Amino acid sequence: MDWNTLATALFGIDHGIAQDGDVLRGTVRFDGKPLAVIGTTNHAPIGVRLALAQARAVLDTVAQRPGQAILLLIDTQGQQLRRRDELLGINRAMAHLGMAIDFARRQGHRVLGLVYDQALSGGFITSGLIADACDALPEAEIRVMRIPAMARVTKLPEAMLSALSQTNPVFAPGVANYVAMGGVRALWQGDLPAALREALAHAPVDDRRAHDGERRGGRRLAASVVQRVLDAA
Amino acid sequence: MTASISVSYAECSARERLARLVDTGSFHEWLPPSERVTSPHLAQLGVPSAFDDGVAVGRAMLAGRPVFVAAQEGEFMGGGVGEVHGAKLVGLLQRALRDQPDAVLVLAESGGVRLHEANAGLIAVSEVMRALLDVRAAGIPVVVLIGGANGCFGGMGIVARCADWVVMSDMGRLAMSGPEVIEASHGVDEFDARDRALVWRTTGGKHRWLSGDCDVLVEDDVAAFRAAAIAALDASAPVTLERLEGEHALLATRLRLLPDAVDGDEAMALWTRLGVADAARVPDLDVAAVRVLRTS
Repeated sequence: MDWNTLATALFGIDHGIAQDGDVLRGTVRFDGKPLAVIGTTNHAPIGVRLALAQARAVLDTVAQRPGQAILLLIDTQGQQLRRRDELLGINRAMAHLGMAIDFARRQGHRVLGLVYDQALSGGFITSGLIADACDALPEAEIRVMRIPAMARVTKLPEAMLSALSQTNPVFAPGVANYVAMGGVRALWQGDLPAALREALAHAPVDDRRAHDGERRGGRRLAASVVQRVLDAA
Repeated sequence: MTASISVSYAECSARERLARLVDTGSFHEWLPPSERVTSPHLAQLGVPSAFDDGVAVGRAMLAGRPVFVAAQEGEFMGGGVGEVHGAKLVGLLQRALRDQPDAVLVLAESGGVRLHEANAGLIAVSEVMRALLDVRAAGIPVVVLIGGANGCFGGMGIVARCADWVVMSDMGRLAMSGPEVIEASHGVDEFDARDRALVWRTTGGKHRWLSGDCDVLVEDDVAAFRAAAIAALDASAPVTLERLEGEHALLATRLRLLPDAVDGDEAMALWTRLGVADAARVPDLDVAAVRVLRTS
């Protein structure tokens, strides 16, 4: 979904979110309360510059608006694949963004991620996946790589991967698979403001994704392996 | 006269590194290979699995102090993080939060998310990040050591920079995307993955030291890593707004130092602009000589 269509559906026509290049930023009112919105659009690749722009917005919110909830609007093709970004420490810039978001959570800000278009790999790890919880629109696309690329990289037959992906969500792209694995908490269907209201009220603040993945059957081992390490003699 | 023989950290396996890094005989492993906690996804694909899923976790003593340790095995799937591998790291970190060791050491060697089970690996890496930041927030230092032949890339490159303290050798590499991935995406003119000197200038330990991306630069020697780990036992640096603002300023300044493409080598241009004297000599200098060149 186009970000402006989404913003209008959630916050009305005068939503107050501005686009600056690939960055979205603004403060909206939702149910009478201010809500910081930070995100990207145009399937932006996240390089050093975009990671810093988003981190700036998060840190400003923490410094100037204590406790204000933050909604991360996610649309990214993943990390920027450029040598210059590597030289400049893209991993450090992305860690910085992730840590800014994590810090906001610890300071009492509710932080929700919403994948409204696509979320790939590194661009997702330091946004929605480090929020309190991450939701998605049903038509969103979430993946590390598509099955043909995975077949090339792993040197496994594409037909085998396709067949296995029918029953094991670990192998295939798709937002439903991320729900099954617990990486996405819920899909927003129908009444979008109602879905946001529900998320703000009920999204967990602790990391329950491994348990969700076990309960939903999409990631059956993570929670039990964590527990076995905790219990080991 | 047995202590003076240098052992290459890069050439050791994960378990050899652990055995030599911590106090002799003190490593006690949780979910050791005998328990055969393997990846069900690799089994489904018909790919050989490892009885430890490529990572050893447990407790040990370091200079007489209790620590928790994890070591990724680069020889198994490049140290890639799958569901089980990631869960072992999360379990270790959660246990650290509960049992309060003096520090957590992560001997990182990883290409990042294991592509055979990529969706689960991606979520797992984010769970590792959150668990690590819980430990860091509790005042228990998390120390990441990087010196394996496969480097520390992808999600683990991000995880490393979430830690309190990073130790690297000049053999080590720390970055996000591997040079092969960048070359495949944007061509050999963007990044020639076979140009080893260029790869190390872009991602290697000397560059990360000069730019401040690691806290210590050591020789490729297990004893040097051990000494650096001991020195880091009290390196706790909880995340504060002040610290995040300092980090932001550092990264923003660096971006301004190299805003556009430059003539000649970009790494050397960046080092020069960071104030490093005679930057062109850096690739030829030994670790001790590079160590004194850092300007901040």
